[in-house]
Amino acid sequence: MSVLSSAVTAAFGGVLAVLLSFTGSGALASGAVAETIKIGSFLSVTGGASFLGDPEKKTLELEIAAINRQGGINGRLLDLVVYDDGGAADKAASFVKRLIESDQVDVLVGGSTTATTMAAVPLAEKAGIPLVSLAGAVVIVEPVKTWVFKTPHTDRLAAEKIFEDLRKRGLLKIGLISEDAGFGKSGHDQSLLVARNFGIEIAADEVYSAKDPDTTAQLTKIRNTPGVAALFNFGFGQGPAVVTRNVRQLGLTVPFYQSHGVASKAFIALVGAAGEGIRLPASALAVAGQLPDGDPQKPVVLRFQQAYAEAYKTEASTFAGYAYDALHMVVEAAGRAGGVDKAKLRDELERTKNFVGTTGVFTMSPSDHMGLSLSSFHLVEIKNGDWVLLD
Amino acid sequence: MSSAFLQYLFSGLTIGSIYALAGLGFSIIYNASHVINFAQGEFIMIGAMATVSLTGLGLPLAAAIALAVAATVLVGAAVARFAIMPARGASPVTLIIITIGTSVFLRGAAQVLWGKGYHALPSFSGDTPFVVMGATLLPQSLWVLGTTLAVIAGLGWFFGRTLYGKAMLATSCNRLAAQLVGIRVSGVLLAAFALAALLGAVGGIVMTPITFTSSEAGIMLGLKGFSAAVLGGLGNGAGAILGGLIVGVAEAMSAGYLSSAYKEATAFAIILFVLLFMPRGLLGQPGSERV
Repeated sequence: MSVLSSAVTAAFGGVLAVLLSFTGSGALASGAVAETIKIGSFLSVTGGASFLGDPEKKTLELEIAAINRQGGINGRLLDLVVYDDGGAADKAASFVKRLIESDQVDVLVGGSTTATTMAAVPLAEKAGIPLVSLAGAVVIVEPVKTWVFKTPHTDRLAAEKIFEDLRKRGLLKIGLISEDAGFGKSGHDQSLLVARNFGIEIAADEVYSAKDPDTTAQLTKIRNTPGVAALFNFGFGQGPAVVTRNVRQLGLTVPFYQSHGVASKAFIALVGAAGEGIRLPASALAVAGQLPDGDPQKPVVLRFQQAYAEAYKTEASTFAGYAYDALHMVVEAAGRAGGVDKAKLRDELERTKNFVGTTGVFTMSPSDHMGLSLSSFHLVEIKNGDWVLLD
Repeated sequence: MSSAFLQYLFSGLTIGSIYALAGLGFSIIYNASHVINFAQGEFIMIGAMATVSLTGLGLPLAAAIALAVAATVLVGAAVARFAIMPARGASPVTLIIITIGTSVFLRGAAQVLWGKGYHALPSFSGDTPFVVMGATLLPQSLWVLGTTLAVIAGLGWFFGRTLYGKAMLATSCNRLAAQLVGIRVSGVLLAAFALAALLGAVGGIVMTPITFTSSEAGIMLGLKGFSAAVLGGLGNGAGAILGGLIVGVAEAMSAGYLSSAYKEATAFAIILFVLLFMPRGLLGQPGSERV
């Protein structure tokens, strides 16, 4: 007991020390160099969405260190304050409050998921502080909110990219299987919304929960729906891997599409041979090596990939790219604004034009706070355990 | 019998067996200590994750499995020794809260040790499914079903035929009387946790080629296992297995015939319904409450 309790005390002490050193260094930095630009971030570094938040945090730390080594923005260094919301919207809201009120950051970057972002939106709007989200759903920027921007492709864009390919191949009747919450739910709703524009009929519409260990029942229903010519799965994490394996188990041979939620090498490693032939929309980062030489994104994604791999010994995922884009977009806007006056920074973010990021080439406008078009997505197919660029 | 029905039944039985294995661990510890061990799902996760990381180090699958099971048993014994036994005199509710804390600790430790990603294990005997009357069954499903049967037989033998197993049963029936006839009851608690960890690890390992695993995998499996155990009657091994199979088959059937949106809800609705009319579960003893 005594051993245990002393261990617990030691662990607690350690945590406290880390926390203290964090706040300590933050206070020192702002005291010594009054002109730092404070970037506040709330990310889902742990919990179910950690595969988003973890690389995002690593990217922010890596890139901010690099920018500071080169002298910062107009001679002003960047200072990052980042909190881990664990994927919980209520925690995200309280961290954002802390970032605005006690850390007094100049700009917000985050959250990792749509739910944590939407919890922060009213706070950012009320405080009048620019927020650049790293989450996917279309609700973040539609309707347009004065202070809110985002860098990832929307789920609607992903659905449109896939439907475009389906129409090209003449596969007009499809089965949709999606996660029943969050990313998958939003993707499902957007898919239903835009399917008609492409002449696509969603003949079977099934869902599964995030931790569902088996989806053969749902897929059997889709298989037994007459006329289904292709299968489309909207989700991320474990679900799409289970679906993929079940598809092969049931011997379904129709063309199989996934969303950009699985555009990481980890997914290919997870599903192995079962993933062969799957098509999905992905950002330039996934197929960096295969981009034609004239592609404006090629040097950007290659440089980032190399820096990330050197620092962390793993491949930079698409999600890491979202954070890269958000940070550099803010940095460029702050450079143009000549400082971090919040209203000026917001205006400059909105004036972002032809900004070459890892996700695409961004051009914002007062009516478009994402700034990406369908062409920023690349359609890829999994072949021999790697992505192959189709367009 | 249509092929769709057969397919739903196959997936229901496979997943049900997984829930049953998870539920058995709850029953064993409940019997020995009247504690509901909410770290049971973490035992499942540790068995699976340890196997994944050991095969990643280049160990052959069989050796990795043996080592991972041994490691999980050690963790189970350590939980009993360092988390439960120091709080011996506390009420079951306090002990249950301790197990919740333990589960959070184990999950966190696994995240630090193994990271946050999802992992897979290769199937034990290939991925080519058997086709039975138009429905498909993975060889790994047979491994899961077979393991469940083997575990049932093994537990039956242990509790019915061995002196130590009988001593554990005696302790669960009446702790004081067991102590009076010379049974070391503190050892029984340790053994129960070790055994539950063993079951969890074995279950976690055979199911991973089907379900994948991650440091968070224990949450869902723990919850479903607990549901299975409660449905069957807490403390009743056969009940946990029956409960697991019912939950699994009900989920698959409701996804197939009702709507997949109700897949999870159906299972919980059945549990609520059963508990409303049979508060002790399907096979629970209507025995008297100790005061």
